[in-house]
Amino acid sequence: MSQTSPDGFSRRDFVVAMAAAGGGLLIGCRADGRRRIPGTTEEAAAADPAAFAPNAFVRVGRDGRVTVITGQVEMGQGVYTSMPMLVAEELEVPWDQVQVAHAPPDDKLYGNPLLGFQVTGSSSSVRAFYTPLRKAGATARAMLIAAAAQRWNVDPASCQAENGTVTHAGKKLSYGELADAAAKLPVPSDVKLKDPKDFKLIGTAAKRLDTPEKVNGTAKYSIDVRMPGLKIATLTSSPVVGGKVASVDDSKAKAIPGVRQIVKLDDLVAVVGDHMWAAKQGLAALVIHWDDGPNGKTSTEDVVKGLDAASRKPGVMVRKQTLPYGATATGIRKIEAVYQVPFLAHATMEPVNCTVHVRKDGCEVWTRSQVLSRVQAMAAKVTGFPPEKVVVHNHLLGGGFGRGLEIDSETKAVRIAKEVEGPVKVVYTREEDIQHDVYRPYYYDRFSAQLNAEGKPVAWNHRIVGPSILARWAPPAFKDGIDGDAVDGAAQLVYDIPTIQIEYVRHEEPVLNVGFWRGVGVTHNNFVIESFMDELALAAKQDPVAYRLALLDKSPRGKAVLETAAKAAGWGEKLPAGQGRGVSLMYSGWDTYLAQVFDVEVSNSGEVLVRRVVSAVDCGIMVNPDTVKAQIESGLVYGISAALWGEITLKNGRVEQSSFPNYRVLRMNEMPEIQVHLVKSGEAPGGIGEPSTAGTAAALANAVFAATGKRIRRLPIQKALATA
Amino acid sequence: MQLTINGKTHQVDVPADMPLLWVLRDVIGLTGTKFGCGIAACGACTVQLEGQAIRSCITPASSVVGKQITTIEAIGESPAGKKIQDAWLALDVPQCGYCQSGQIMSASALLAKTPAPTDADIDTAMSGNICRCGTYSRIRAAIKQAAGAPAVAAKGA
Repeated sequence: MSQTSPDGFSRRDFVVAMAAAGGGLLIGCRADGRRRIPGTTEEAAAADPAAFAPNAFVRVGRDGRVTVITGQVEMGQGVYTSMPMLVAEELEVPWDQVQVAHAPPDDKLYGNPLLGFQVTGSSSSVRAFYTPLRKAGATARAMLIAAAAQRWNVDPASCQAENGTVTHAGKKLSYGELADAAAKLPVPSDVKLKDPKDFKLIGTAAKRLDTPEKVNGTAKYSIDVRMPGLKIATLTSSPVVGGKVASVDDSKAKAIPGVRQIVKLDDLVAVVGDHMWAAKQGLAALVIHWDDGPNGKTSTEDVVKGLDAASRKPGVMVRKQTLPYGATATGIRKIEAVYQVPFLAHATMEPVNCTVHVRKDGCEVWTRSQVLSRVQAMAAKVTGFPPEKVVVHNHLLGGGFGRGLEIDSETKAVRIAKEVEGPVKVVYTREEDIQHDVYRPYYYDRFSAQLNAEGKPVAWNHRIVGPSILARWAPPAFKDGIDGDAVDGAAQLVYDIPTIQIEYVRHEEPVLNVGFWRGVGVTHNNFVIESFMDELALAAKQDPVAYRLALLDKSPRGKAVLETAAKAAGWGEKLPAGQGRGVSLMYSGWDTYLAQVFDVEVSNSGEVLVRRVVSAVDCGIMVNPDTVKAQIESGLVYGISAALWGEITLKNGRVEQSSFPNYRVLRMNEMPEIQVHLVKSGEAPGGIGEPSTAGTAAALANAVFAATGKRIRRLPIQKALATA
Repeated sequence: MQLTINGKTHQVDVPADMPLLWVLRDVIGLTGTKFGCGIAACGACTVQLEGQAIRSCITPASSVVGKQITTIEAIGESPAGKKIQDAWLALDVPQCGYCQSGQIMSASALLAKTPAPTDADIDTAMSGNICRCGTYSRIRAAIKQAAGAPAVAAKGA
């Protein structure tokens, strides 16, 4: 491979393009739904050399095919469709000529502008790349037009790009025909973007590019990686955080056919075999004694006691306002409440896994990460190789939900692989996956509010108590003692209340590793705020929707979604005995407004069935409304599972749940009817992957209250009802 | 032992009690069938045995010798499987997609046996297949579409 490309793009671009084509994931489809790309990325690259690479994101082949390279990873949320749509819109290329490739780890080229490095999370992909990817497409379009104008010796302004071609006075050249010439032109520094009113693709329900592979079994997840000499390993880590291996008797494990090696590290033991069955059986045959360390006696109630004690002291002020409002902060009634939400596991359908080959001169990793560059940096550190000797391949994620924002599993896999000759695929059993997750934290919230004579809140005090994920995960983001994630959705309280005081008490309970979980801070804040708001409405003897609407004069978008959802749901209708209807309104740093109305039925035995959910969402400009709809549905299901049943508990420092029978999730027969109302908006795009998860627990708990008169202040709901 | 998978015979040298799932994935290389839990609690590993949906993670390989096994890689060759896959494509059912092989295997078995399934039939056939992305509404709509029911407005805004 030469140092410079004859096509004129820089060596750096060339390297990136090749790395992407050869090292990344390349998928695509035809309009007729057949797979368009041959089996491997190498084949695809060979069949379709990128003749024109104006920037890191866009490749145009001599066959006119456009490849969009994105650092945003596909975990179901639809970014392998929405990211290419942004490019295709400005590039004026037919949707069936577009394919997508996964970017290699490179923070400089593929960093998320909102979060500062290559990361898919915080419902940020469309928000972060709405402009950069449109610019990337518009740049390519301008250069293709310039190439055509040069060929015809006419003014570029007299040429038009449409449908993958450039035209002028009856003449026409395809992008494929122009690719080589465009590659020789200077990259314009400033390009004009379309007026949103001229969008042809953005705003349509364009077909997902990843559906065909996901329907015929050819979609490749990292767990599907195969290569000559590959061994399969499964592991058990110390059941207690901070614990160590005291002793291992592996004599029985070694005798199992297909078991090749036992890897003993200070905090884990892995069994390496010819296949997962041998590894699993070997693991079951190990006799391990653990030194539990300081957490070996801890239970969930110890965590709660710590949080409760911390909640009794003032925290760091997140928001304090006292508005001259004609009202005083001293109402005639004081309402107080304490709310709690449990630890939660992600339980992605694809169990955590990672394949690693540590060679003499470098290391190769195949994984499913939302933070690819961190995986590369970690593998370099653990192996001692420089980062350029660490090749990382990403894959479709079999569920993300924040699990892929941590590199704990990749770190273990690299540590194990260092002890193994040849490539090894480390696959967690479901039990290991549930018991060694990085969990949504336990949060503890204290409220007090004052109501005036009319029942309106005139003072709102909210104290949030919990750990700081950001202080560990992105230390610079933990500023002035405030974790912006832990207070997300609380700090932005949209209700017009004269006196607002929101505090954050950082309190760490290092008995479980905690991290991001679909919606994170907002999942707890929205539950507690919207539940407490219902308590205030009840105390004021007012309708929960009317009570909220009266406080939303300064939030027209919030008011609009609430009115839309309430109207569509038939709010105010009388429901049969045993049924109840509840509402929530959500707003947070995702800049999306969501109102949800839940209808539930509670059986005589106390089993809650969600009958229907009506959602109204204003997430600004929508790239793909069908994806928005799918994400609302998806987030709801994730949120319902958590709100009704989700809970990770500790006994003797050990997680008590282990798999789906005791970490229950929603199934087909429990699926409610879902209505999604998309409120049209010209505002900047908001996030959509997480809002409906965050907006679920409160509406559901409020509906349960309406049906039963039981106020849920500690999730999960079924357990709260059983112990009420 | 000799296994018949997707109409093809495979000679495999594996322990008799080894679950079919691992024979498919780790020995033969048919990775479309997924590992989810290993205890028949999630349905990700669903394949068809003589047209019946079964959980391959708890099915010993020795118990299926001499029987017809069909996996996601070949389900499109059956009329019901083709209809189901087409409906899945039309409604853009999958999100992360990991559970969808299992969903499609269960749905195809249902449709082959019950050409016009009711909601209750769908609940019975599909409740063993977990989807953490929550695509259940679209799965139900796609099964009905595959059964020839009038188009359902699950896809699109």
